[in-house]
Amino acid sequence: MVATRHVEELVQRVTGGGDDSDIAFDGLRITRDESDDEFTFTLAIDGGRVDRTGLDADGLRAVLAGEAGEAGAVVEPYVTNWHYWQETVGGEGTARRAFLRWCEDAPLADDDATSVPARYADVRDGIDREWGQLCITARFVDGDEPDGERAYDLWHVDDADADLDALEIHDEPRAARELATYDEDGRYRPLKTAPTLETGWAFTGLSGTELVDAVGFFYPATIANWHREREGELDVDHWSETAARQSGIYEVVSELPREAVDWLAEACCVDSQCLRRREWEYEAGDDLDPDGGDGPFPCREPCSLVIAAARKWAIAESETERTYELELTPSERNQLEELIDAVADDRTDEIREADVNDGANRYRARYLRAKRFADGELEMREQ
Amino acid sequence: MQALVIAAHGSHLNPDASNPTYAHADTVRETGAFDEVREAFWKEEPHFREVIRTLESEEVFVVPLFISEGYFTERIIPRELRLDEFEPEQWESDGTSASQVTFEAEDVGKTIHYCGPVGTHDAMTDVIVQRAESVTSDPSVGKGVGLAVVGHGTERNENSAKAVEYHADRIRERRRFDEVEALFMDEEPEVDDVTDFFATEDIVVVPLFVADGYHTQEDIPEDVGLTEDYRLGWTVPAEVDGHRIWYAGAVGTEGLMADVILERAADAGAELGDAIERVRQITSSATESDPERTSQAGD
Ligand code: SF4
Repeated sequence: MVATRHVEELVQRVTGGGDDSDIAFDGLRITRDESDDEFTFTLAIDGGRVDRTGLDADGLRAVLAGEAGEAGAVVEPYVTNWHYWQETVGGEGTARRAFLRWCEDAPLADDDATSVPARYADVRDGIDREWGQLCITARFVDGDEPDGERAYDLWHVDDADADLDALEIHDEPRAARELATYDEDGRYRPLKTAPTLETGWAFTGLSGTELVDAVGFFYPATIANWHREREGELDVDHWSETAARQSGIYEVVSELPREAVDWLAEACCVDSQCLRRREWEYEAGDDLDPDGGDGPFPCREPCSLVIAAARKWAIAESETERTYELELTPSERNQLEELIDAVADDRTDEIREADVNDGANRYRARYLRAKRFADGELEMREQ
Repeated sequence: MQALVIAAHGSHLNPDASNPTYAHADTVRETGAFDEVREAFWKEEPHFREVIRTLESEEVFVVPLFISEGYFTERIIPRELRLDEFEPEQWESDGTSASQVTFEAEDVGKTIHYCGPVGTHDAMTDVIVQRAESVTSDPSVGKGVGLAVVGHGTERNENSAKAVEYHADRIRERRRFDEVEALFMDEEPEVDDVTDFFATEDIVVVPLFVADGYHTQEDIPEDVGLTEDYRLGWTVPAEVDGHRIWYAGAVGTEGLMADVILERAADAGAELGDAIERVRQITSSATESDPERTSQAGD
């Protein structure tokens, strides 16, 4: 049964006159026809599944309310679907609305509408989507007798199979701010889109607006930029533009050599380090070598963390290269590579205390230092 | 719809740097005066660069959570927000009197009111006084007490000293405290010699900083002589050269800062209803009912 208030809101919309009184949404079409000073209505569903013309207001109301036999049963999900999207969500053209549509795989444009009943069957089961390390489930508030209102659950993709009882449950979007601040080891996460989101929590029963707020606290501005990209309006600022804009202590970043920008992108922007998909290049027509990544949301310009690191590299790259001569056994040379890899891959925590086979083992590093350092420096000759 | 953006510095290294920004934003959210409230940062996310696009409101009030007019408020924030037509002269400020400038950002279809920093607003004077009250747990503190307002100094920008002097002058005119001095970290008169400037036994030291960091939690406590080593903490009050010094870190952590943010937005035309009164109520009662928060700094 369709809730009376939904039917009333819909009837009021179409009988209210005005330019936007005709309804054409997700396969539901109601038009007002004027003839002989009388208004009648045409109700059509999914191009012909229901097609009733010449209805007066009461007749329309009866069909919408499901009181007209077979047609009524077909109409119901279209009415509640209309109500959720047009009355509860609203915000035509906003990123918020587009994102919520994406959450349940709903089409953005009306013309390629999948049939509402099919989508309802999926939403009834819950539709899961992934957004970085976030898993979002779109479902009905009342799964047994859906009145169209959706609720959203949000948790870490790695917790998708976890028991809700085992997770810390939140319902206030702002809690996401705290969760996004530290990684699993309690370290500060200055880059919100680093793939280091901690697990063990869930948000349940969020409204659409609350979901968008929570996602905004986890991954700020990702929804807005994703939406712009889909609309063909993403304003990418390439490296050279962003670097040229810097001032003060960051002015120096524009001196970073061309090839160093490839290294920088490989160091910071690949998927193992950041889930934003890098869309900025060196400049238009001059792409960087490393892969930009596969994530759903784009990165439109070098972020503040990358600019701060670039400052360090720009200063370091201004030094001229020299040749050093030092003595190392082949194993020691290999060990240096293992040490660099261990730090670069953030693996040092995993190396076991007694695993002396690993070149980045602490005892191995201390031994190398004891042997090859004098006065705190690696012994070598400059040529 | 109207939105508030609180524009703050943030940090890549210190997760606590943004706590005051979040706390004040939450206070404003509780009032419901704005349809949307966003924190935005130079070093955190959302970045200044990307914050406006996250808003649905047509009317946007941007309030910089900075102490003085200068590099960040005149150059960085307008540039990163793409307020390309902004010139500091539009503020017609003498260094402490910037109020707001309005722009039509047609590409995003929004009206953006770019406000002066919180630190130079007259309401900030009350926050400093409130800080003195909360650190001493004495709502009528003043008689027989000296107040030192401490700033960074001219190292980076002359307006930062102006803001400190501005509020010190205003508090002095109220004749509430026996003595009021503006002191600095890197210029004369220096905070190191704080006890030389006061005859009163009790001295409240309030640093005019937005957030706690090494200046307020390491340098000042050691410079003033509250402690040998900031890691050991200090007592409130602490005995120094026969004076009792009351010190509890950056004034920007005071709850009443949310009021200054709202005042800035109101001056720029935001419709706030009774939000300002409500924020004053919330933030002053928080002080009385929760004295712990005033001694968060050292003990
Ligand atoms: S610049 Fe690189 S590291 Fe920074 S947000 Fe974009 S993709 Fe991520």
